[in-house]
Amino acid sequence: MRDIEVQTANGRTVEDIVAAVELDGLTRNYGERAALDDVTLKLDAAQTLVVFGPNGAGKTTLLRVLATLLRPHAGKVTVLGAEFPDDAWQVRGRIGLLGHDPLLYRELTARENLRYHARLHDIDDELVERQLAAVSMTSRAEEPVRTLSRGMVQRVAVARATLHDPELLLLDEPYANLDPAAIELVEPLIGPSSGCTRVLSSHDPGRGLAESDLVLGLRAGRVALLADATGVSTNAVAELYR
Amino acid sequence: MSAPGKTSPHAAMSQDVHARPGRSAHAPTGTAKVVRALLRKELLVELRTLESIPGMSLFAVTTFVVFHFALNQDTVSGQEAAGILWVTLLFAAMLGVNRLFVADADQGGFDGFLLAPVDRTALLIAKAIALLAYLLVLELIAVPAFGLLLLGPPLGQALPGLLAPLALGDIGVAAIGTLVAALAVRTRARDLLGPLLALPLLVPIVIGCARASAPLFYATRVGGDGNPPLRWLGTLALYDLVFGLIAYAVFDFLLED
Repeated sequence: MRDIEVQTANGRTVEDIVAAVELDGLTRNYGERAALDDVTLKLDAAQTLVVFGPNGAGKTTLLRVLATLLRPHAGKVTVLGAEFPDDAWQVRGRIGLLGHDPLLYRELTARENLRYHARLHDIDDELVERQLAAVSMTSRAEEPVRTLSRGMVQRVAVARATLHDPELLLLDEPYANLDPAAIELVEPLIGPSSGCTRVLSSHDPGRGLAESDLVLGLRAGRVALLADATGVSTNAVAELYR
Repeated sequence: MSAPGKTSPHAAMSQDVHARPGRSAHAPTGTAKVVRALLRKELLVELRTLESIPGMSLFAVTTFVVFHFALNQDTVSGQEAAGILWVTLLFAAMLGVNRLFVADADQGGFDGFLLAPVDRTALLIAKAIALLAYLLVLELIAVPAFGLLLLGPPLGQALPGLLAPLALGDIGVAAIGTLVAALAVRTRARDLLGPLLALPLLVPIVIGCARASAPLFYATRVGGDGNPPLRWLGTLALYDLVFGLIAYAVFDFLLED
């Protein structure tokens, strides 16, 4: 039951606005195959949704739809108050995507890459230096990305994804290639303490459940599990992979 | 957003994101600023990789050498010379067109751009300017090489008149090339599809440029004042305008999923 029912100018209620991500029957196809089939969920602001599922379950597709990079083929998708695909332009610049691809030009240095993204987001170079320091890459910032190790590239990618201080973080196996020290290093940027609404895909039930509020399990694009994280065991997650 | 206890660099700068120094609260970034950023990135990548300009230039010079021997002539002039010059420049340009979006497609540049609050037309403008710059460098090498290897009449005599067809040809190739490259790069057969789509669209430019240049390549002036025919220059300008507008109108849709 709603305690407050305040209508805003465009007719949305306060409760509606609090939901950072709302999916209602989201379907996305690749040719004849449904990569996502009738996915429905609601994620409140500042909460974390963790998505589990075997390879090809639709995790990356879900993140790319939420990032406005793929159009939904059916259903309703509302992110940060904007309905996709018509109003997707409203949320560009408010979403940070950290995917399998670091979105960095290999021939450019870490600093050049971040400055390029900073200019796209109209951000001062000062923040680039802060981001480089935050991921402990200042000393290697002048080296081309192609010469960096995978872990270092991932750290630069974290700096890139959070450079514009996004409200919604979309993280596709964000800790891949990172050693424990690096995971600790990037935690303030992409971890629970970042304060962002987060959608996180993971194959690590322990970590995933520990830092999430809501759990989504996908199998062949369909919802196989959707529950509060407190009520989900690692065994239930493991079942998704069998 | 700035949650309590946030310790990121952003939080360190200010508690209020929307009043934070150093950024403009997710407002769309100005198109001119984005074009500059894209262009700078484009030229840096080309300078580091040298994937386009050296290949285009080498191709053009090699083609002139091949023509030199294949035609079994020391020199060419008139319409023949104009045809050789423009067909060679067209195919050399195709090498640049084919590479125009490859780094963006292969290294996630498209996604990074599409996630930003920017006018997508900025990408069209920046890429077209970059391609224009590549064509300019190509012509700085290829045109003198053509004068040395094949052209009968002195190049210096034709050069002032040649500037207008070169400029109009380059603008048309840049507009059409950028459009086609953006369309082809996301397909699996991009190396084949690019030229297949671009060449028919570029044929009118080759015809216009060759017709406009031919009178300049005669040893003695034949029925003209030494300037390229205005009729062909006008046709080229109109064609450039039409395809510039088409590119502007449809480019956004090419970037969409």
